[in-house]
Amino acid sequence: MRIDVMKTYKLFINGSFPRSESGRVYEILDAKGKFLANPCNGSRKDLRESVVAARAAHSGWSSATAFNRGQILYRVAEIMQGRIDQFVAELVAQEGLTPAAAKIQVQSAIDTWVWYAGWCDKIDSISGSTNPVSGPFYNFSIPESLGVVAIFADSKPSLLNLVSALAPVIATGNTAILIASQKYPLCAITLAECLATSDVPAGVVNILTGKLDQFVTWVGSHMEIDGVDATGLGSKDLAEVKELGSENLKRIYVFNDSKSTKRMSNFMEIKTVWHPIGI
Amino acid sequence: MNNFEYAPAPESAALVDIKSEYGLFINGKFVAPKSGKTFTSINPATEEVLAKIAYAELADVNLAVTAARNAFTKTWSKMPGAERGKYLFRIARILQERSREFAVLETLDNGKPIRETRDTDIPLAAAHFFYHAGWADKLSYAGQGNNPKPYGVAAQIIPWNFPMLMLAWKIAPALATGNTVVLKPAETTPLTALLFAEVCQQAGLPAGVVNIITGDGTTGSHLVNHPGVDKVAFTGSTGVGKAIAKAIAGTKKSATLELGGKGANIVFEDAPIDEAVEGIVNGIFFNQGHVCCAGSRLLVQENIQDELLEKLKNRISLIRVGNPMDKNTDLGAINSSAQLARIKELADSGDIEGAMRWSPNCILPKSGFWYPPTIFTGVSQSHRIAREEIFGPVLSVLTFRTPAEAIEKANNSPYGLSAGIWSDKGSRILWTAERLRAGVIWANTFNKFDPASPFGGYKESGWGREGGRHGLAGYLKGDN
Repeated sequence: MRIDVMKTYKLFINGSFPRSESGRVYEILDAKGKFLANPCNGSRKDLRESVVAARAAHSGWSSATAFNRGQILYRVAEIMQGRIDQFVAELVAQEGLTPAAAKIQVQSAIDTWVWYAGWCDKIDSISGSTNPVSGPFYNFSIPESLGVVAIFADSKPSLLNLVSALAPVIATGNTAILIASQKYPLCAITLAECLATSDVPAGVVNILTGKLDQFVTWVGSHMEIDGVDATGLGSKDLAEVKELGSENLKRIYVFNDSKSTKRMSNFMEIKTVWHPIGI
Repeated sequence: MNNFEYAPAPESAALVDIKSEYGLFINGKFVAPKSGKTFTSINPATEEVLAKIAYAELADVNLAVTAARNAFTKTWSKMPGAERGKYLFRIARILQERSREFAVLETLDNGKPIRETRDTDIPLAAAHFFYHAGWADKLSYAGQGNNPKPYGVAAQIIPWNFPMLMLAWKIAPALATGNTVVLKPAETTPLTALLFAEVCQQAGLPAGVVNIITGDGTTGSHLVNHPGVDKVAFTGSTGVGKAIAKAIAGTKKSATLELGGKGANIVFEDAPIDEAVEGIVNGIFFNQGHVCCAGSRLLVQENIQDELLEKLKNRISLIRVGNPMDKNTDLGAINSSAQLARIKELADSGDIEGAMRWSPNCILPKSGFWYPPTIFTGVSQSHRIAREEIFGPVLSVLTFRTPAEAIEKANNSPYGLSAGIWSDKGSRILWTAERLRAGVIWANTFNKFDPASPFGGYKESGWGREGGRHGLAGYLKGDN
């Protein structure tokens, strides 16, 4: 009889897989109540380091061509396709799904990457405009990435929600800090392994696991976080993140649909440029 | 250079009929405030009292919000967009008909030159209504889905720097998208908003669709916090904007915020210098510098600093400061004694922190609130006058050596509203525009506005855009 090799689930910060600097972990159980894993209980310092990495990665990622970002997002779908069995096993254990239902979720998540990959070089034409002003000026509005966006994805279906939140944020050139579901974090770390092998530059996506209520306070008050996808928060946590986020006027949104242009455009700023016309 | 003499050319104040006392405009009628309290609005150029204004308290806010709710549910939300649009077209036309009256009243109440109210504020306000009127029956093309819905009752709070234009920026998109409105004009500049109420009556706008309540910050706070309000739209200081964001954090209210700025106006060595000088003057002295998107930080490439400053000082020496009703006046009165005190305090900090002050010789009127056009050179990034919004005719001059340094300095601010670029090289303009973190960028021009052009800021300069297709998003329910 062979003893299985168990996996250590770590954080994903700046392209590496460190343990939490706090040295803390917490126990999660599978759907039947048996021990599943000891994911990291991420600390405030882990969050800060993620923000530093995300900020540093923003200028390179946002200035990459949209076509290039689209190919990288598509590459994530390719890599996930090869890992379907692993995601299915985690979803079966975590969420108690049947293998068939788990597989449908993984396939939807992969297709969501493909959907957003195709948007990278199209969203600007949809969200931007040329504006017919009354005067001899050329005037156009273009969308630009907001900067660093923190994501609290809704917990169930865990993998699909992660991807539905993350893909649109990075498609437009933002960098992200993804706070995994406290109860179902395993797919988030496995997703990190796919990102690490998909040409996504280090720091563009950072993934933290741990206690949600702590992250709500730290994310809300961090002055270098520009936007928050708060879809995964309850009303009390949403109010807290909005109240703390008012200090630097964070753009905070909650979304209903997994595929929507709003998920991209809400984390973009519109820049309007005027120039005189003349000879 | 200074030998030109201008004869006085005053516009006639008799063009307007200012009442001695104004009530609150609620449900289509002017009514007295429940408490009977009033305050006064003065002409900042003379300190003469113009009128007694009703002071709205919570009871009055309740009435206004209720009127707006009833109008929304019974009338406005049921009306086809094409019909809503016709009311907006009517308003635009009446504003054009009565534009001179509005311009004079605005100048008397605000202190800005008649040349600006006549040529900029009022024509643009009318244009905003005309532009948005056309959107009312085309909202499914606004990029907010096939069947976008209004929020309901919009609470709108506007500042004193462009009273009528900010009213138009707020009310026109709100009505076009099917919302009803309770608007509070600024405490020091309520008169054109109250005249606008008469325009709503002349246009036959259904009662309660637009309600105008006057008061101070407490009145505004009652309005923002009112549970009957669905949407908040605010233009004003970043401090108040953050307080509003905090106040509505635990509610379902959505907000649009147009807040402060510290715009960088970047002049590269290859810039057309004479045009740049005009742009710098327009950028900081337009409307006495009471402009959130003012080009209040001049970033000039080091090797052309001396030449540019000499020309700039010559040009500033020709600015005519004085009676705002005179058609030749360039720089009018500061809007209030409180604002004058803020400008003085911040400018004095420039002296204390070691920057060098320069102002032309100009004689300021004895009564009223005045500040001369002022520039500070030798300003460094850490000076308060380089970081804080002065909101007055005070320009801080900084230098840079490389384009990268210009970007670094321009973006080194929690604000991100506007920026200017002066250069003859197209690729350099686009390179710079791409890197500036600001919502509105004027290249080889400055302080241009248009209803078709989205306006709004990055970072702590606000949430959302006003104007253009993008401005409609703030008044239509989407996924958020």
